[in-house]
Amino acid sequence: MSEVSAWFREKISRRGLLWGGLAAAGGSAIAGTAAGQSVHSGHGAASAADAAPPPAHLAAHGSMITVGDVDNERNGFDPSRIVTDWETGSVSKLPDGRILRTFEIEAVDKEIEIAPGIMFPAWTYNGRVPGPALRATEGEHLRMVFRNSGSHPHSMHFHGIHAARMDGVPGAGLIDPGEEFVYEFDARPFGCHLYHCHALPLKRHIHKGMYGLFVIDPDPARHPGLADVARSRLLGTPENAEWQEFAMVMNGFDTNFDNGNEVYAVNTVAHAYMKRPIRIVRNRPVRIYLANVVEFDPINSFHLHANFFDYFEQGTTLTPTLRTVDLITQVQAQRGILEFTYKDHETGLYMFHPHQSEFTELGWTGMFDVVEAVA
Amino acid sequence: MNEVSHIAAADPTAPVGSGKSRAALLWMILPLVALGLAITWLLVSDPLRNFGNGAPPVENLTFERTILSSDGIRVLVRAGGSEPMTIAQVQVDDAYWQFTQEPAGPLGRGATAWIHLPFPWVLGEAHAINIVTKTGATFEHEIAVAVSTPTRDAGNLASQALLGVLVGLVPVAIGMMFYPVLRGVGRNGMNFLLALTVGLLAFLLVDATAEAFELAAESAAIFQGQAMVVLAAAASFLLLMAAGRRDGVPTGLALATFIALGIGLHNLGEGLAIGAAFAAGAAGLGTFLVLGFMLHNITEGIGISAPMLKKRPPLWTFVGLALLAGGPAVIGLWIGSLAYAPQWSALALAVGAGAILQVIVEVTAYLMRSDGRGPAALTAPATMAGLAAGVSFMYVTAMLVKV
Repeated sequence: MSEVSAWFREKISRRGLLWGGLAAAGGSAIAGTAAGQSVHSGHGAASAADAAPPPAHLAAHGSMITVGDVDNERNGFDPSRIVTDWETGSVSKLPDGRILRTFEIEAVDKEIEIAPGIMFPAWTYNGRVPGPALRATEGEHLRMVFRNSGSHPHSMHFHGIHAARMDGVPGAGLIDPGEEFVYEFDARPFGCHLYHCHALPLKRHIHKGMYGLFVIDPDPARHPGLADVARSRLLGTPENAEWQEFAMVMNGFDTNFDNGNEVYAVNTVAHAYMKRPIRIVRNRPVRIYLANVVEFDPINSFHLHANFFDYFEQGTTLTPTLRTVDLITQVQAQRGILEFTYKDHETGLYMFHPHQSEFTELGWTGMFDVVEAVA
Repeated sequence: MNEVSHIAAADPTAPVGSGKSRAALLWMILPLVALGLAITWLLVSDPLRNFGNGAPPVENLTFERTILSSDGIRVLVRAGGSEPMTIAQVQVDDAYWQFTQEPAGPLGRGATAWIHLPFPWVLGEAHAINIVTKTGATFEHEIAVAVSTPTRDAGNLASQALLGVLVGLVPVAIGMMFYPVLRGVGRNGMNFLLALTVGLLAFLLVDATAEAFELAAESAAIFQGQAMVVLAAAASFLLLMAAGRRDGVPTGLALATFIALGIGLHNLGEGLAIGAAFAAGAAGLGTFLVLGFMLHNITEGIGISAPMLKKRPPLWTFVGLALLAGGPAVIGLWIGSLAYAPQWSALALAVGAGAILQVIVEVTAYLMRSDGRGPAALTAPATMAGLAAGVSFMYVTAMLVKV
């Protein structure tokens, strides 16, 4: 190549001034391509005769992953921590003896890193996506103090039972930037719920990151027949401490405004739990609070490897609504509780992911690292 | 500055001249100083700041080359953003894949980088590469049919050279073999042949221009493809006109040389296109296609011979002219298959188009002169027939090579 281009330039440049102009054009064209070629010279080793497709020696799963790591510090939240991070607010007593639980939530515009190197201009609750996983107990009186420090009108619409005035839709708790609103209602029914912004346009406000889990634990006193089950769900009891509980929100991000997601994840960051598996102790039961808020795709799913689980649709029952399944599907805003254990398994890495291969390959996949009890 | 004025004052012989030149110098420096001040002001005060609205920078990415090998896929991308842009992740067929970028880091405006993906592509199937930048913008590139990209070993270069000779050199030489037959033609026959040449060149002009614009559209925006094509074509036309008319109007061998050069430049572009087809893995060049190219290019040999019918040039002239017209096909094939980038092919074709236009002008002028009737010769039946024959022969044989 270089010989050819050198020859070409030399031969042509010998001819007079007018020819020189042509030589400059042609010569630079060839020099440019030759330079492009030299950058690439390391690649010349591959054999031309090798017309057959490459062997599968490149471990498919090893290569099929995002490159690099997300800066959790800059993001201000770490997927490995928010998976177990419950927001319980502050507790006080009402005059009638009931518990008043107060949450403080602020809407903030924030650019977050959703996959290594990919920045997303998000709208957040408390600076994180998903927003804080709020957790209360059935029958408590809840007070949600919501401040809008974002650049757009926002609200909190809770999936639960409440008055029309507290609905978080336009005209009922939707507030402008700089304003504050207090949503007030009793915690019911118990279950695995969610909250999200209900400002318009709805699709954009949700997919920008304004959603989170809203879990109401059952009050054992109200469920005498299944008090033990209720106690195991009630945060703070010794029975509950035995369980390994995880908050998982399946979400996606459209980074190029084509109404399709470039990144899928559980708890926002693509491949977060693939690169840092979630540790679970082998002989302790596992409970996952799972919600689907993915936008632009009608259905998401959850598949567990090498195991089966019981499923509590919406979490509003104390007996499973599905028994012994390894896959459940959820449309947007559908959610539920998964219960399973690896106590009869050998230790090791067990994968979980949606069984839509596309979502899996675009970031929504993770691993449980099953270990023996830590001494 | 002081020293300069000192010398000027000390030289009694040239006070007037140096005063004049000093004034001229001043008038040259003044606008430059003004420009410097304007740039300094622009940088210091940053008046564009007021336009800053928090919008992400404009990003643009063009795929220039794709190489498939047993190692996976390599693509050469060129950035065209308003600011340096960062490639964050790469998807292949809607899946994130590990990749390496060379050189690493943000890509400045106009800069290129190789992206290497260890992707197990499937022979004969389609794959889509989607590059996601830091801002979440995506740039997609489709590999329509995945086949191994030929590499530059001696065997490949030799077989490509052979192909270049077949589609470029051989047909021109065959066309020239009609020379002895053509020598006997009269005025009408001569007009027919020259018009045939113009017709074939007109077809090539349209073909090369269209192809150049098409390639220009594929190239990075920074090259301003369309303007580049027009400017390169105009420049080559004017340069060749000037060169050709330096010693009067070209006739005989000189004119034949210009025709050969114009055709050669076109064949360079044609070679680039075939070579690029190899590089892109779409090397479906069957025997039929090669035959088509040969038939298509035979007229070129006749066209080159036409202006020399009144002379009797030595044999080596024919060899030289055939090489000039057909040889570039070989070079084009090599460049096209090894270092293909759409903007360079567009440039080559544009230069070729300009050269062809020059030859059309000169052959037409020659036709009018040699006929003796001036412009009237252009509307003579033999001329019209030649034009029609040239264009339609090229058109019909082009059907064989269009895919």
